[in-house]
Parts: sequence; C-alpha cells; structure tokens
Amino acid sequence: MSQESRGAVMSTTGEVPAFFKNMGSGSPKPRQKFCGMFCPVEGSGDSKTLDFQSLPGGSKRSDERVIDRQTDISQPRVEIRESRGKSALQNLDDRVRSDRLLIKGAKIVNDDQSFCADIYMEDGHIKQIGENLIVPGGVKTIDAHGRMLMPGGIDVHTRFQMPDRGMTSVDDFYQGTRAALAGGTTMIIDHVVPEPGASLLSAFEQWREWADSKSCCDYSLHVDITEWHKGVQEEMEALVKDHGVNSFLVYLAYKDVFQLTDSQVYEVFSVIRDLGAIAQVHAENGDIVAEEQRRILEQGISGPEGHVLSRPEEVEAEAVNRSVTVANQTNCPLYITKVMSKSAADVIAQARKKGTVVYGEPITASLGTDGSHYWSKNWAKAAAFITSPPLSPDPTTPDYLNSLLSCGDLQVTGSAHCTFNTAQRAVGKDDFTLIPEGTNGTEERMSLIWDKCVVTGKMDENQFVAVTSTNAAKIFNLYPRKGRIAVGSDADLVLWDPDVTKIISAKSHNSNQEYNIFEGLEVRGAPLVVISQGKIILEEGSLHTTEGCGRFIGRKPFSDYVYKRIKARSRLAELRGVPRGLYDGPVCEVSVTPKTMTPASSAKTSPAKQAAAGGQPVRNLHQSGFSLSGAQIDDNLPRRNTQRIVAPPGGRANITSLG
Amino acid sequence: VAGHLYYDRLLVKGGRIVNDDQSFYADIYMEDGVIKQIGDNLIVPGGIKTVEANGKMVIPGGIDIHTHFQMPYRGTTTVDDFSQGSKAALAGGTTMIVDHVIPEPGSSLIEAFEQWRNWADEKTCCDYSLHVDITHWNDRVKQEVDILLKEKGVNSFQVYMAYKDFYQMSNSELYEIFTFLGEMGGIVQVHAENGEIIAEEQARMLEMGITGPEGHVLSRPEELEAEAVFRAITIASQTNCPLYVTRVMSKSAADIISQARKKGNVVFGEPITASLGTDGTHYWSKNWAKAASFVTSPPLSPDPTTPDYLNTLLASGDLNITGSAHCTFSVAQKAIGKDDFTQIPEGVNGVEERMSLIWEKAVTTGKMDENMFVAVTSTNAAKILNLYPRKGRLAVGSDADLVIWDPDTVRTVTAKTHNSAAEYNVFEGMELRGGPSVVICQGKLVLEDGGLHVTPGVGRFIPCTPFPDYAYKRVKARKQLAVLRAVPRGMYDGPVSDFSPLSRGGTPSASARTSPTKQPVRNLHHSAFSLAGPPTTEDLPIRPAGRRIVVPPGGRSNITSLS
Repeated sequence: MSQESRGAVMSTTGEVPAFFKNMGSGSPKPRQKFCGMFCPVEGSGDSKTLDFQSLPGGSKRSDERVIDRQTDISQPRVEIRESRGKSALQNLDDRVRSDRLLIKGAKIVNDDQSFCADIYMEDGHIKQIGENLIVPGGVKTIDAHGRMLMPGGIDVHTRFQMPDRGMTSVDDFYQGTRAALAGGTTMIIDHVVPEPGASLLSAFEQWREWADSKSCCDYSLHVDITEWHKGVQEEMEALVKDHGVNSFLVYLAYKDVFQLTDSQVYEVFSVIRDLGAIAQVHAENGDIVAEEQRRILEQGISGPEGHVLSRPEEVEAEAVNRSVTVANQTNCPLYITKVMSKSAADVIAQARKKGTVVYGEPITASLGTDGSHYWSKNWAKAAAFITSPPLSPDPTTPDYLNSLLSCGDLQVTGSAHCTFNTAQRAVGKDDFTLIPEGTNGTEERMSLIWDKCVVTGKMDENQFVAVTSTNAAKIFNLYPRKGRIAVGSDADLVLWDPDVTKIISAKSHNSNQEYNIFEGLEVRGAPLVVISQGKIILEEGSLHTTEGCGRFIGRKPFSDYVYKRIKARSRLAELRGVPRGLYDGPVCEVSVTPKTMTPASSAKTSPAKQAAAGGQPVRNLHQSGFSLSGAQIDDNLPRRNTQRIVAPPGGRANITSLG
Repeated sequence: VAGHLYYDRLLVKGGRIVNDDQSFYADIYMEDGVIKQIGDNLIVPGGIKTVEANGKMVIPGGIDIHTHFQMPYRGTTTVDDFSQGSKAALAGGTTMIVDHVIPEPGSSLIEAFEQWRNWADEKTCCDYSLHVDITHWNDRVKQEVDILLKEKGVNSFQVYMAYKDFYQMSNSELYEIFTFLGEMGGIVQVHAENGEIIAEEQARMLEMGITGPEGHVLSRPEELEAEAVFRAITIASQTNCPLYVTRVMSKSAADIISQARKKGNVVFGEPITASLGTDGTHYWSKNWAKAASFVTSPPLSPDPTTPDYLNTLLASGDLNITGSAHCTFSVAQKAIGKDDFTQIPEGVNGVEERMSLIWEKAVTTGKMDENMFVAVTSTNAAKILNLYPRKGRLAVGSDADLVIWDPDTVRTVTAKTHNSAAEYNVFEGMELRGGPSVVICQGKLVLEDGGLHVTPGVGRFIPCTPFPDYAYKRVKARKQLAVLRAVPRGMYDGPVSDFSPLSRGGTPSASARTSPTKQPVRNLHHSAFSLAGPPTTEDLPIRPAGRRIVVPPGGRSNITSLS
C-alpha cells in the first residue's frame, strides 16, 4: 500500500521500494534528492536565516508538514477518542490537554521484552499497566492497534543555543527541543560550556535559565571542564551535590582553549571518580590537530576539506586510547562522546573486552552519513558537515558503527545537535579552522537508527530502545524514571510506526538550519504519536509544543549501572609495600641535581591530591592475572655475598633482608 | 694470555655459514679485517692461522643496538665503561655495539657526541656506533641534528615521552622532530611511556608509603607504555616518518606494534635481553638490592608470561631487533634511592647474555631457526643503521666480525663469572644453552678456548648514513603519493555573520616553542580513497581576498558555484 502512494508523492527513481534499498545499507552514498554538487537545497532558504520571528508559532508551517507521510489516510492507524463526544483531535484549537491518558492495545517495548498491554497515565506518570484497567471516566483514549509503544528517546548530547564567539547556534532550546520531540525524543541532555576562566556554576545557572524558559521537553545538563584548578574542583563538588549534575566533559582537543594536559585529565578523572560522576571525553589529539591545521593552511587548502584532512581518524583513535589508559589508572568510568570513526570505535570495543568501564556514543551524523561531502564543490554544503571529530571519509563507517551499536560495543546515541546557518559558517570561508562546528541530528536520530539498524535486521526493537533511551537513562542515573515503561515511570512515550517512510529535507525539518546533512535520505520508521510529560505532543503529523514546560531533571551520582563495578574494583585495589629491613650498605654520593623522575606535580595546583590522600586508594587490577604479593623463590635465601665490590669506600655492600 | 697472537690473516675452515637468508658449508678467508674469500678449497697464503670450525655454525657477529656504557648519572658513572662493557659484549658473541649519547637538556648535542666519541675511541674493544638522544628541542638543536646526520655519521635519534619536566617532549615537539627527521632520512627512536601519568602515579605511591622498588613497577603499569607506543605510532604515521620503539617490555606494547605493522606503519620494535629473559616479579623481592637491580624503564612486566610472548613475536617478525639496554649500576649507586624508588638509577645488564638468551628462549624451543636468529641479533640492526652488508652478513667484502656458535654448550649465568662489573645479574642462576666458542672481531681472534683477549681502544667508530633503504624505501614511495589538493570552489559571496574574534578551539595556534619544521609529508597508506581532486585545479583563478558582507539586507545566502 505504501508503494503506490509513494509513487504518487515522490519522484524516486526505479521500481524498487525504498525500504528494500535500505536493507543491508550497502549503498555507499547517501541517497540525495535535491542537493546536487552545485546547487543548494531547493527551497531551503525560505523562511530560514534571520527570519526567526515567523517560526515559533509553528502553525504557519504545519500545513507543509514535516514528513512526507506515506500512510494510507483512509485507514486510520490510531484512533484518539474523547468520551465527551469529539471523535478526533486533529485540530490544535480543539485539543484538550488532558492530564489523564489511556493507551489501549499497544505492544509495549522495553529494552528487555515486548508485551501487549494497556497503559494509563495521570499527572505525567504511568499509573497502571495491564489489561482491563480500571480507569476514571472521561479520559482520553488512544487506540494503538497493536503498534509499538516505547520509552521516549533520550538524546544524550545536544548543544542548543550554544554561544560561539558572539554568535549563537540557530536552534535555541525551543526550536531544538521541538525538533527532538518531532523525532520521538522526549528528553535531551545539553552541554554547558563555560568559557575558560568563567565559573562553572554561573555558566550552569545561565544554561538553566535559557532552558527553563524555552525547553519543550524534560532536560538535563552535562558540564564541560574547560580549565583546571582548585576552584573548578569545588564547583564540581557543588554541582554534583546540590545541582543534579553527574557528568563532566573534558577536551583533549582545542589546543590552548579547552584542551587539558594528561596530568590534568588524570586529576579531573580522580575527582570525578570520588564524586561518583561520569567522565566524558572529547577525544582528539589537539596538539597534532594544531600542527596539521597549520600545515594544511600553508599548503593553500583553506576549504572545508582541510577540516577533515587536519583531523585524521587516527588522531581520534589515539586520544580515545589515551583516555582509556588514564581512566584505567584512575579507576574512573569513561564515556567517549562523538564516536566518529571505525578506529575510535575499535579502540573502545577492545578496551571493553579488556574490562575497562567505557561507553561509546556514536551520533546521528556518524551513523547516517560520511565525510566524503567535505569535498563537495558547494562550499555551504561542505561547511554544513563540519564537526569535530569530523565525519570519516571512509564510506563504510556508518554501517560499521551501526553494527557495533547493535552488538553492544557502543551503547548510547546522541545527536551532538549544534547547528549554525550558512552565514555563521561563512566566518570561516577563507580559513576552515574558523568555521563553527556542529551538525544537526536531534530530529533524525531515532528514525535513522531504526532505518539503519532495525530495518536491516542488525538489532531488534528492544535493542533499539536500549540504544536510543534505556542505556542513556542507566548511565546517567535516570533509570527507571526515564528509559523504561513501567508503573511509576515518567509518561514519556512514543508510539512508533515502523512502516512510514519519509525523506529528510531541510525544507521540512524542524531545525532552523538551512542545510540538513541527511538531505534526501529516505528513512523508514517514525513516531506516530509522541507523549511527553503525559501530554500528547505529536499526533497525526502535527506538533503541539509548549515553550518552557520542560523540567530540569537532576541526576544523582554513583549510578548503579556504572559504579557497581567501579566500587568493587576500588575495594580490591589496595596496594601494599613490601616489608623490608633498612638498607645499611654503602650509598653512592650524588650531586644535588634533581633526578629525571622526581614526582613533579603539574604547574598548576593539583586539587586531586588532597582528595586522594583522604580517600581510599583505588586501582584497577581488573586485567591482572597474577598476584602482586607473590613470594619469590629466593626470598628466604640469605643475602648474597658479594664477591665483587666496586670500590666502595665504606667497605662491602651489606643489604639487610628480612628473615 | 701472553701466548696469544694477533694475525691479520685468518682462515675459518669447515664451518656452516649462517646468514639471515640461508645456511651453507664453506671456508672463510679474512685479511685486514675484511672477508676476502668464501668458498671451498680456497687459495690462501701459506702460514696463516687456521681455525677449525668442525661443522659448527659460523654467524655474523651480533650487533647490540642499545647500550649505555659509561653513562654519567648525577656525578657518578655506570660501572661498565666502554672497555668493560665491550669486553662483556665480545664474550657473549656481540662484535658491535651502538651506544646512546645523552646530552644534558640545554647543552649542545654535538659537544656531547664528541665527548662520547672520546670515551669510546679510547676504550672500546669492538666497533661501535652512536645514537644521539634529543633531550630538548629548538632551532639550534635542529641545526645540530642536521650536522650530526650529514657530517657526523649519526642516523638515529631518540626522543623521550617519559621523564616529565626533564627529557620529556610534548606532542607538538614530537610532531616537529618526527617531521624533520622524516625529511632528513633519520630514524626516530622513542622511549615510550606516558611521563605525565607516571609522575601522578609516583606521587600517589609515595603518598601511600610505598617507597621500595615495587613502587617503580606499580607507578609504571604496562598500559602507560602501550599508550605511549600508540601515540608515537599515530604521530609517526601523520608525519610519514619511520619509527623505532626502544625497549619493548610488555605484551601490550608489543601488541600495539604488531597491530600497527599489520596496518602498514613503518615501525620497528626492540625487545631487550631483560624483557626476553626475565620478568618483573622480582620487584617484590624482600632483598632490596636484588629488587633494585631490576629497576629499569619501562619496567619489566610483572606478568610472567611476557618473556615467552615477546620471544614469539620476535620469531614471527612482529618485533625485529634486539638490544640489551645494558646500563649497570652498583648496589651502592642503586642505594641512592633506598628511601624513594623514584631516585633509584635505572638500568639492567644484558649485553653479554643477549645472544645466548635468545638462542635458549627462541631457537632451542623451536620458535625460530638459526637464520632468523641471525636476523634479530645482527642483520636487521645492520639494515636499520644502514651498515648492511658491511655488518650483519657474512659475504665477501663484509667486515670480518664473526662468531663460531656452539649450540650445545651450556652455562649458568651468574654475577660471579660474568664480565660486567655489576654485582648483580638479573639473569642470576639461569641456565643457557648455546654460546660462542670462537669470536672474531675485526679479523682478529678475540675469544678462543674460553680465553678472552681484548684490546681497549681498537674499536672504530662506524658512521651511519641517512635514508636506510630498509626503512625509507616505503616512506619515500608514500611521500610521492601524499600530495594534497584543495577543492576548487567559487568565491563565497553570501552573508557572513558578525563574530567576536575571540580565540577559539580550532585556531591553529603555534606551539609555545619555535617550530622549525614546515615541509609537508603525509602517510596515506591506509586511505582507501584518493585525496587528490580532479587535476583541473591549477588553471583556476585563486579566490580573491574575501569581502566580508555582514548580514546583507537581501537576507538569502547565495553560494556561487564553479563552472
């Protein structure tokens, strides 16, 4: 049925149904419809750029609605009834925002199982799940007709309204969360990026203010550590204890701006572990990137292709490897944001096999497209793909990352949604290093993963729920309030239609950006109904969001999912010195020059030291297959009589050994 | 000793000549320190000394590519000077050593080099060559490296990723050094350990009250070695420079090297006698002096399966070259660190034991054959130093450095009988099968019937030339492929946002120090696609200087496209 209607709506080539083409994802090139080598997206400039005023109403654009829906409208898949007599609620004005909602006949999909049941919500919580529920009269009822009902998506990585050198990314918390909701995501976690030198707490409050006034769905915040000193440590403690933050991001890239040294990372990780938080890492070797950027610019390469040439994927893998090493040393849980390349993903997968507590987050862009577009002759298009780490030019990357996501080597998906319009990107028109970084993806995330992983048979719907929602909730200690359909959980739900097909386009997406990096990509699977905080947000293709209704969701430290293992390892990791007698032999005279390996602390104060001294020593001995305190075969032998005495003035070397 | 004679002419009869590629029976005739003839029924002058090999193997003398003889350390010197050290080397069948020159940070590389030359020329009993360590980096050092490469016969330079605030180089400096040496045809050697994390871990150990030698290995876990190896390989790959990892001590570091080789990186790994022969469990010995004698960096791995694993990789070709990193201190010297393990001078013995130990661990166990044995103890080192086939091969015209190897002799290693001046031997009590029965160095009999006859000062400095084929053939080919081209695009004439020119992440800020290297090199070995755009780019006009149009009233972005 969808086949005929598609023929009518789209001008796709060929007879093969689009979803067959998706299968196997063998096609190395994204299916582009409008965006050729030489032209911008048709119609994408309309009501974009600088024309923000017309957007927030939403109704203006709702007629040319988002998704080219391929459904057969004559046979409604979902019925929404109101006992008061209104049979359908397709009209914004008539909508009754009921606090009570019943969904009948849904196939409830959690990360562990799927089952058919009805579900009743009240005041934004799930109150009952089961059959033949006893519910008050007059509740709004949605008949799901056996369709899948899953926990709303959690986008763990967004950068809405992000300031960059006086500019701000074009999707603010309103527009961004609106796009998220349209794609089936009911919670976002944004990154607070304090300017180096600024206070973490005041930056955090600033972001809270922005988000509270505009966000349409629940949200939480990560805080980025952009510099390191004693004050930062105190603020981190305050954030964890009083402000509901349990994750901090450090940068191994952006030399001389955000980048921390290995020693600082070690100290930050030690603090994070003591606080029970999660260490997130932007993994790229900033030193090498800076050298490569200079070299590429010297060669006269100033366009967006220079971005990816100066940030080869090896440099990403190197930084991932280094952060895994530091995390192992400090026994700190690690979370790699933006896994963009096969080699970086491989390093994570290997580290997990060795027992490291590490999580990898591929993003919509790395799962859906590749870096060949950096060579596009259309500057604006090439620039729209700029993000760091860059998309890999290897066209097999998306498929590979989707496979690792399916098998559990990568666990969480975000979008790293951070959109700048072409005029903003053009700041770097003569120098790729100045192009503001970020790609879209919050709206496309769920559909894209469904299309690439579930349609192709890489994962089932339960694993889909795990990677789009449940794992994120577990890692960031929101589970089971979020990420699960259960009595008592938040009523953030998505009724998923696995058969609908849409073509992603900047013309119809909810972001303010003029370009969509997935332009022309046909994806199968989309939300039919989205419920956030117990209210219907998306139904029948129309989006009804309320600016500012999103709540900040505080997160407690010591997430079980992460810290159970960490705690067990800390207990094991006590180190003991070897008891020995005093050495009473001759000692060579030395000059006072400090020796090579004095345990020099870093130039800045190292706040980790106090914590480490007071706290319990931790050490990851997970991989160690032998006992460190093993007896030596010659322990009991008396000290060896040294025949050879190299002219010690005090006579022979006399080593006391313990009996 | 009095009875021995030095002949300039020597005939070795009835030996089985073993090179890295094949073994065959032949006689060898040497004159003036050079092999003149190889074959059967040679026509040689009368009255020359003849050595009967009786069918035993005749192999090229070993090359120990990594020694630290007579190394100054905070006012003292290692107990084995060039005379004692090279004597021990000859006793074990090694006829050439390559020592490391370590300039104090801030001092001249060339002066240090000359100093080492003086010490070695005066005392060495066998031929030698020198690596120079780069302990700081600036334009002057760069010029000195240039001179050393071109005029002084040094082709390999070591950099340190450990020893924070002392020898350690930053990633940017490594990048610059690698780029420079990659162009000049040098070999970059790295001491691979993450010095920053080590410094943190050392502080933590000392705070916890762990001051003995076990703290040394606890503060330098093998992961930190593997991490640094990984990073060095990444930088070498970016700069298209051949990489040589000194002292491969752990399984994880060796694994990283073999993985990188599988991906095509030009990287060589050097396990040392100690890592091939013993392990780090001894750091927990209750005998402080014994535990301290094992202190070296990177430390011996406490995993007792490590030596066997490294021998296997050596046999399979994933690791290529063996050294000893022989650097011996007396117990009194080690005792400088009796209350603080970070102060213990580092280094283990191994120059004498190297050949026998590898024979015992790898050949008698069937991991490798005698040809591979020659490759890892001698030939590969000669190739990477660009001394092949003068060294590392038995052929007409090669130097007369050779060893008659007895695979059946058994001896027990002990400090009582070894030729080093150290009081401890890290291989104490180990029984080794296989050893040299005759050693000929510079065409002269040095070891015969168990008697060692060495002459300090006869050793010559052997200059190494840049661009060794063994490493650089591939690097050169890649360089030709690695030309980058920009995408030709029209001028962007759309609106440009206003922005505050605050410094930002991506700005290509130069490192604090000067960066002398500029020339582009790039390794595209793994790349599956071509970076070179269509060849039409050259004729196109260069983009004119951009006029910035900030928020044009027209509003709409208008991207000019080419064509």
